[in-house]
Amino acid sequence: MWQFFHKLGSPKWFYGIAGRFMPWLLGAGLLLSLCGIVWGLLFAPQDYLQGNSYRIIFIHVPTAFLAQSVYMMIAVAGVITLVWKMKVADVFVRSVAPVGVVLTLLALFTGAVWGKPTWGAYWVWDARLTSMLILLFLYLGIIGLGYAYSDEKTAARSVAVLAIVGVVNIPIIKYSVDWWNTLHQPATFRITEKPTMPAEMWVPLLLVVLGTYLLFGWIAFYRMQTEILRRERRTRWVRELVQTGGQSQLKTGGA
Amino acid sequence: MNPARKRKLTIILFLLAGLAVAVGLTTYAFRQNINLFYDPTQIAEGEAPVDVRIRAGGMVEDGSVVRDPDSLKVEFRVTDFTSAVTVRYEGILPDLFAEGQGVVTTGQLNSDRVFVAEQVLAKHDEKYMPPEVSDALEKSKARAAEEGREMPEY
Repeated sequence: MWQFFHKLGSPKWFYGIAGRFMPWLLGAGLLLSLCGIVWGLLFAPQDYLQGNSYRIIFIHVPTAFLAQSVYMMIAVAGVITLVWKMKVADVFVRSVAPVGVVLTLLALFTGAVWGKPTWGAYWVWDARLTSMLILLFLYLGIIGLGYAYSDEKTAARSVAVLAIVGVVNIPIIKYSVDWWNTLHQPATFRITEKPTMPAEMWVPLLLVVLGTYLLFGWIAFYRMQTEILRRERRTRWVRELVQTGGQSQLKTGGA
Repeated sequence: MNPARKRKLTIILFLLAGLAVAVGLTTYAFRQNINLFYDPTQIAEGEAPVDVRIRAGGMVEDGSVVRDPDSLKVEFRVTDFTSAVTVRYEGILPDLFAEGQGVVTTGQLNSDRVFVAEQVLAKHDEKYMPPEVSDALEKSKARAAEEGREMPEY
């Protein structure tokens, strides 16, 4: 276990292992989310109250789930950066923060699109919506702070601190609908109870959620590989990789 | 784990715990401002200010919606099953507005303790079901009511 953890610290080792996982993550992720989306949008039954407009849940919920999970992963990576000074953890934080921005924006946007026909308003300053907006600003802060220092190590440490401090927002997002009066409805899925929707609705939703997690894994590895190459560009293994990579490209290009 | 790392990790955990307590106390202190709306019980107990723009929310009481046949004026009662408040509104109601559904209204409480709304938003719950299931549920509920039985909550 510890050996694996320490191996993770080596950017070269991580680059290789990420490359091996990526095709599987992409394939399985696309398959699951496409199945879930098609099933959810075309075959799942209508809702008795909202009709077809509830179907945006098949995009809204996966992006909102993932936006929060990604932040928690970033915070854990921040702890690893501060305590174990692992380079790969910082690479993760910097590579996935923009992905988090996109996910949060998508969740907010699909929420607004859903809110207009059901609630009658695109935006309300209730606790759930506001805390989600704060999550967006936290992601933007992480990106901005990362660029604010020329020294990579100082940047890594400051970003890690911000990521860890911001994690208190996650339980606020999660429990906002239970702690306060909000326009947003409470959670449909709870760990301890049955979902308050029938299986022909939650199964496709679960497929999309799993699929987006896998796709996130793919894009995280992809962006981390790029960032590792950029940071390690002066090392021998990267030079060799670029040389052999260039040659193999020439070969395929010539044939 | 070596002692330096252990110390660092402890510091981080302590900081995070302290931060959580601080944020927890702050949000607790601001809970009245964080709540999007007053519920009818709070209004009945006089917690909500009069003639100030506030929000009130709850369920639309069954059989309480009275529409003016000549205009868009509508009056209904919003309840939280403990107390209820009368709401007056003039305008187009959202599609999901119905008796037995949740609403959040923005407006002012007048001196007669009637809520004059400028905006009515529909609030739906976390339950989703196909129309057929909902119909079947309604039917069995009606049958249960005829036979004088209590229906278990879905």
